[in-house]
Amino acid sequence: MNMIVTPASPATPNGTTRPQVRIVIVGHVDHGKSTLVGRLLHETGSLPDGKLEMLKAVSARRGMPFEWSFLLDALQTERDQGITIDTTQIRFRTNSRDIVLIDAPGHAEFLRNMITGASQADGAVLIIDALEGVRDQTRRHGYLLHLLGVKQVAVVVNKMDRVDFSADRFKAISDEISAHLNGLGVTPTVIIPISARDGDGVAEYTIRIGWYKGPTVVEALDALEPARPLEALPLRLPVQAIYKFDDRRIVAGRIESGSLIAGDEIVIMPAGKIARIKTVESWPVTPVAGRQGAGRSVGITLDRELFIERGDIVAHAGSAPRETRRLRARIFWLHEKPLAKGDQLLVRCGPKESRATVVAIEKAVDPGELSSVENKAIGRNHVGEIDISLSSPIATDPYTENPRTGRLVIEVSGRIAGGGLVLSVEAGQRAVPVDIVPVESALRPDERSARYRHNGAVVWLTGLPASGKSTLAKALERRLFTNGGSPILLDGDTLRAGLNSDLGFSAADRSENIRRLAEVATHLARNGHIAIVAAVSPAREDRATARRIADTAFREIHVATPAEVCEERDPKGHYKKARAGALASFTGIGNDYETPEAAELVIDTSTRTVAAAADEIEQMLKTTGVLFDEVVDLAANI
Amino acid sequence: MDHLDQLEAQSIYIFREAFGRLKKIALLWSLGKDSNVMIWLARKAFFGRLPFPALHVDTGKKFPEMYRFRDHYGKEWDLDLRVEPCPPIDAVDPTLPPAARSAARKTEGLKMALAKYGFDGLIAGIRRDEEATRAKERVFSPRGLEGNWDVRDQPPEFWDHFNASPPQGAHLRIHPILHWTEADIWAYTKRENIPIIPLYLSQNGKRYRSLGDQDITNPVNSTASNIDEILAELEQTKVPERAGRALDHETEDAFERLRVAGYL
Repeated sequence: MNMIVTPASPATPNGTTRPQVRIVIVGHVDHGKSTLVGRLLHETGSLPDGKLEMLKAVSARRGMPFEWSFLLDALQTERDQGITIDTTQIRFRTNSRDIVLIDAPGHAEFLRNMITGASQADGAVLIIDALEGVRDQTRRHGYLLHLLGVKQVAVVVNKMDRVDFSADRFKAISDEISAHLNGLGVTPTVIIPISARDGDGVAEYTIRIGWYKGPTVVEALDALEPARPLEALPLRLPVQAIYKFDDRRIVAGRIESGSLIAGDEIVIMPAGKIARIKTVESWPVTPVAGRQGAGRSVGITLDRELFIERGDIVAHAGSAPRETRRLRARIFWLHEKPLAKGDQLLVRCGPKESRATVVAIEKAVDPGELSSVENKAIGRNHVGEIDISLSSPIATDPYTENPRTGRLVIEVSGRIAGGGLVLSVEAGQRAVPVDIVPVESALRPDERSARYRHNGAVVWLTGLPASGKSTLAKALERRLFTNGGSPILLDGDTLRAGLNSDLGFSAADRSENIRRLAEVATHLARNGHIAIVAAVSPAREDRATARRIADTAFREIHVATPAEVCEERDPKGHYKKARAGALASFTGIGNDYETPEAAELVIDTSTRTVAAAADEIEQMLKTTGVLFDEVVDLAANI
Repeated sequence: MDHLDQLEAQSIYIFREAFGRLKKIALLWSLGKDSNVMIWLARKAFFGRLPFPALHVDTGKKFPEMYRFRDHYGKEWDLDLRVEPCPPIDAVDPTLPPAARSAARKTEGLKMALAKYGFDGLIAGIRRDEEATRAKERVFSPRGLEGNWDVRDQPPEFWDHFNASPPQGAHLRIHPILHWTEADIWAYTKRENIPIIPLYLSQNGKRYRSLGDQDITNPVNSTASNIDEILAELEQTKVPERAGRALDHETEDAFERLRVAGYL
């Protein structure tokens, strides 16, 4: 059976090589977006046969005058309510190009749909009702276009018939919107007076707007530029996945900017590992010769085995993006619950995903009023500037340097809740990539967990001196080991005797002490062991750092034994010395211990036996996926 | 990069996101021109293979040519093909008009397959230019527990950032060719030499523009007997693509009702 159709004649003109420009139409609700779109389709001869008749019939059946917007508001619900509730994409042609029109709803509640549409646009048409003038939503949309990076904005002043085609009224609105857009750094390419319902100024000049000398809407669309080529920028290939379907190990992703070719020396950020591109793989023909540019989804193989993860960025050495755990962003917020300082978020920067904390809200603005609101939180549909700290380092560029990699979205409960632009990056210590090639373990994590019957973890015991951390840690260590696991004790004092012997007890030294403990523990956890850390770690921020470093492996246990019990125990005699003034910076007496707010487990050793407390820890490790359930059964069977 | 290259690269990106971010996905293969292009794109994305099942929700009423095509290319393309049946017509909402009711069997068959395998993502070959309600779709489109689509509460989706966390027990529809047009599909089919079912080509002055079940799909008048002629015809025609699909035209909102209930 042969169903392959062989091309019978040379390529026909099918429109696929004409430049395509994507344009979003935005503006206040009822200012006439859908009407303009309907009219544009009609004027450019883009309506399918029978559509006009169908709409007339629909209108007549409802006893309503003919309405162009019915064309787009195809959904029953929309026709009933008279509003457009989602983005619709419609295609038509002007003389020189194919236009994809994105009709964005103006209703404030549906701002997320407007953003969904506008983020894909090369240009925008901002529509204003001549009678009503510039409204909140007009300003809000203008601001969002600016934020989304849509630079080409054509303004149309609609419903000129309702103001008797007054040139004065047109000028007043032109001045107002120009001032607003200019204030945002957006210069309207053109401002056109029209009546979408009657067709004045859409595709034709009419006598009623005889005083207007500029282009029609169709002419203005014809003059918008297609998207700017990104190939001139430095190479950015965010890694979507590593595929190993056969003997090839293919790093797959889309080239967001720049270009690459086999033989290029590349650097994998944020780790800064260096390699060379061996091949560019494809299908059905592979490998691919020739340079691959921005926009291509590619797969590359490297000349050496490196540990690469989804979200890493492949760049050329010398023009790599910055590596950071801290950045400032200008964002728009779509979620019902306002974004506040201290909020925990999930940030996505391309395929890279990182947990993050809002360190500061530096600005919060209602773009409808363009007035600053209180700096405490960014409300729904408002914009603002925030400072965020990330749990894992990411490689990124400020938006002004690379529009593709310099943007991010924020997820709340698995749903996109906001997004924005990276304003600045506080570069990490490894700003310049170095040729460090960490040696990967010979074993895979699953090989280890199959033997130990647990995943790697950092079990962090925090609490006052003499609260019972070390005792508990040792009991836990013994128990896990008996069950065939691989626990390792990292006692704060013990490490201070060696690895951290250069550190004192200043706040900075204490932070560094905790950071090193966390790094060592995390290394062990990554290699399948359960690192049990027993350290006072009094500062909440330092423990937050440890959690960021260990990420999902982190389990915090607050050993919350009352202070007076601790002092009474005083096994090392520290309290006694401190009371006598012989021990400066001793936590416990000075009240500088910051109680954990969200520990995975809280244990008061004054009311429990060591065995009962160890039981509780073991249970927590089971329910949080560190210990496999069968551990107990295995032990019973031995 | 020409227009088709751009479409291809974008679809590959979507495929890789779906495969990377969801746990258990399948591709819905309706055997038509769009889903054949889709399989082709997936093989480009995954370097020659389809690393998840191809699901054919079978009404049992397709054209013989379609079944032959399925059996042949299912093997030749080395697909993990799962053919899943649909319930009888009595099991379907009797208030729907006849053709829509017939088509709704597929929605039910789809739900059964979802329950059977526990997929959290279904890749479907719908396009925005086909039909007005499809124009409003997201690339990653969440479905409710009943497979229903809540058009009034779709998550924001911008800059190719997709929402990939379906609620427990629910699933996502992934639409990797949402941004393609009918003409794009044909131009690409020709460029890549992707096999097609001969029913799309004119015989005795008629051809199918869109293939569905035998009893509710009609051919349109056409003399186009190869892809170039199809492309030339699309350049001229103002007949909508789904003109031959009876279910779209029974009542003003028949298709929308189907889609909200979980139809493709």
